[in-house]
Amino acid sequence: MKLVCPAGSLPALKAAVNEGADAIYVGFRDDTNARHFNGLNLDDRQLDEALQLIRQRGRQLYIAVNTYAQPQGWERWQRAVDRAADLGVDALIAADPGVLAYATQQHPDLNLHLSVQGSATNAQALAFYQQRYNIRRAVLPRVLSLAQVRQVAQSSSVPLEVFAFGSLCIMAEGRCHLSSYVTGESPNLCGVCSPAKAVRWQQEEDGLSSRLGGVLIDRYRRDEPAGYPTLCKGRFVVDGQRYHALEEPTSLNTLDLLPELQRIGVCAVKIEGRQRSPAYVQQVTRVWRQALDNLHAGRDGSEQAGTWQQALARLSEGSQTTLGAYHRSWQ
Amino acid sequence: MKLTLGPVLFYWSRSHLLQFYADMIEQPLQTIYLGETVCSKRRALSLDDWLGLARELRQQREVEVVLSGLALVEAASELSALKRLCDNGELMVEANDMGAVQLLAERQQPFVAGPALNLYNAHSLRELQQCGMQRWVPPVECSGRLLQDCLQQLDDLQVPRPEVELFAYGHMPLAYSARCFTARAENRPKDDCQFCCQNFAEGLLMESQEGEPLFTLNGIQTMSAKVCDLLPDYPALQAGGVDRLRLSPRAEDMALVIARYAAVCGGAQPPASSEGCNGYWYGQPGMINVQEVSS
Repeated sequence: MKLVCPAGSLPALKAAVNEGADAIYVGFRDDTNARHFNGLNLDDRQLDEALQLIRQRGRQLYIAVNTYAQPQGWERWQRAVDRAADLGVDALIAADPGVLAYATQQHPDLNLHLSVQGSATNAQALAFYQQRYNIRRAVLPRVLSLAQVRQVAQSSSVPLEVFAFGSLCIMAEGRCHLSSYVTGESPNLCGVCSPAKAVRWQQEEDGLSSRLGGVLIDRYRRDEPAGYPTLCKGRFVVDGQRYHALEEPTSLNTLDLLPELQRIGVCAVKIEGRQRSPAYVQQVTRVWRQALDNLHAGRDGSEQAGTWQQALARLSEGSQTTLGAYHRSWQ
Repeated sequence: MKLTLGPVLFYWSRSHLLQFYADMIEQPLQTIYLGETVCSKRRALSLDDWLGLARELRQQREVEVVLSGLALVEAASELSALKRLCDNGELMVEANDMGAVQLLAERQQPFVAGPALNLYNAHSLRELQQCGMQRWVPPVECSGRLLQDCLQQLDDLQVPRPEVELFAYGHMPLAYSARCFTARAENRPKDDCQFCCQNFAEGLLMESQEGEPLFTLNGIQTMSAKVCDLLPDYPALQAGGVDRLRLSPRAEDMALVIARYAAVCGGAQPPASSEGCNGYWYGQPGMINVQEVSS
C-alpha cells in the first residue's frame, strides 16, 4: 500500500517527502481545488520546485482539481487540467464529469484518479468513471464500512485509495450542502466547508461561543477545549437534549485496520489535511511510514503500536480518534 | 410551468403512503415521483408495490410517474435493488447516484438526473445526456444565475437543453451519511434502529442552543429545517428556463401547497414574499429568506 500525504505549502511537501510519503497531493491556488483557503496551496514557482524535489527523491506528485466547475470560469478548470498535464504530474485527482471528460480528450496519457468528491460508493459508480474516463484509481468517501470496502474492491477493477487519518468527514463527500445552507459557500462549488470568514468567536458571560454565518455552533465552558465551528461537529438541541447531534469533534484513525485494508487489496492510504501545518504533516507521515513499513515487512508492530497511537492522538481533533464508518457500530 | 410531486423523503407507513397518493392523484400535478431515496431499510412498499401504485395512479388520471432511486448506494444488496429498479421495464427512473446512471446507460434507458447528482456545468450535463439524461433536477444549492449560465453554456456548445425541474418547495435534502442520525438521537445503533424514523412524519428538528431551527434529521439524510419556497420567485424561474417545479411532500397540507402553486402557474399573482427560505436561488445562504432580509 502506498502512503499518500497532503501538502498545502512547499514546507509541508518537503516534510512529507523527508518522512517517506510515496505520493504527495497538492492543489493550485484557486477554487479548482477543494481546499481553497487563503495562504494555502502552491504557486507556479513552488510547484516547479516541488516537482524537482519529488523527481530527485523518486516520489509522486498528484494535483487535485476536484471542485465542480461552473460555467463562469470554466476556463480556470481547463487551465488547471492543462497545467497539471504540462507539469507531468503523476496523477490528476478530479470529480466533475465535465472536467474528467476534458482531461481524457485533451490529455489521454494523463493518469486520472477519481476524487473523494466524486462520491462513488459502489462498483457501478466506479464503472461509470472507469469506462468513460479511464480512471486508474478512486478515493472512496468516508462512509463505507470495512465490509463494504471489501465488497466494492471485490466487484470493481478500479484500484482503491481510502482515507487513513485526519478530519472525519461524516457525510458522503460531494453530497453535502450543509456549509452552503448556512454560509452560501460550499465544498462542491467553492472548495470550502465552513469558511473562516463566516466564523465568529465571542467571549460571553457563560463561556466562549462559536458561530458560523451567525448560527451558534457551540458554547464552551471555561475549561473546555474549543474546536473549529464545523456544522457537523457542533452541539445542538434535538428533542430537548443538547449533544453532538451529528458527530463529536474527533479524527479518523485507521491504524488498527491496516492489515485488513492490505488483505482487501486497497492500493493506497490517504492522509487528510492540506490545511495543516508542516509540523503536523511531518509527524503524521512519520508514524504512517513506520506503520506501513512494518506491515510490508510482515512484522506485527504491536510493540510500537502504542507509541504510534499516542503520537496520532496528540494530532487529533479533541485528542480523540475514531474508526468512523469503517466500524459498523459507529453508524 | 408543470407541477411535479417529488418522492416522499420521510419514512411513512404503508397506509400513510397509500392514503397520501390517493389524495395526490386528485391534485393538478403533471408528474409524480415514487420510491425510496433515503434508506434501503425503509420497505413500507416493495418495488412491486410501487409499480402497482404507479399503475393505479395512471389508471385514474393521465399522469407521468417516475421511479426514484436511492441516493447513497453502499451495500451489495442496495446495488441489486437499484438494478431491479432500472430493469422495471415500465417507468422512467430518477438516478440519484452515478451507479444508477451507469446501469441506465448500459440499458439505454432514458432517465431523470436527480438533485443528488453533482451537475453544475454544461460539459457535465452533456456527459450525462450522452448516457440518456432527459431531465435535470439541479442540486438544491444551484442558484438562478448558475442555472442560467449552464443553459447558456449548453447553447454555446450547441447541445440541446434538457428539461429543467427545480426543487421549489419542501425541506431540502442537504447531505447523506452512513450514520443514521435519527437512530443516534434515539440512542439506538443503526443496525437495530427499530425503524424509529417512522415516528417522525416530517423528520426530527435539530435546533441551535439558542433555539434557532437549523436542520431536520431524517435517518441518514440531513435536511433543511426551513422549508424552501420559491413561489414568489415564479416569474424569475419561468424566465430562467425552468420547465417544472418540484414540490417535495410534507406530512400536512400538501393539497393547499399544490393549490397555491397551481394558481400562480394558472396566471394568479405570486405572493410578495416566501413563506420559507429561498436564499439558494439568489446565490445566498440557502437558509435565508431574501425578501425578509432585504425588507
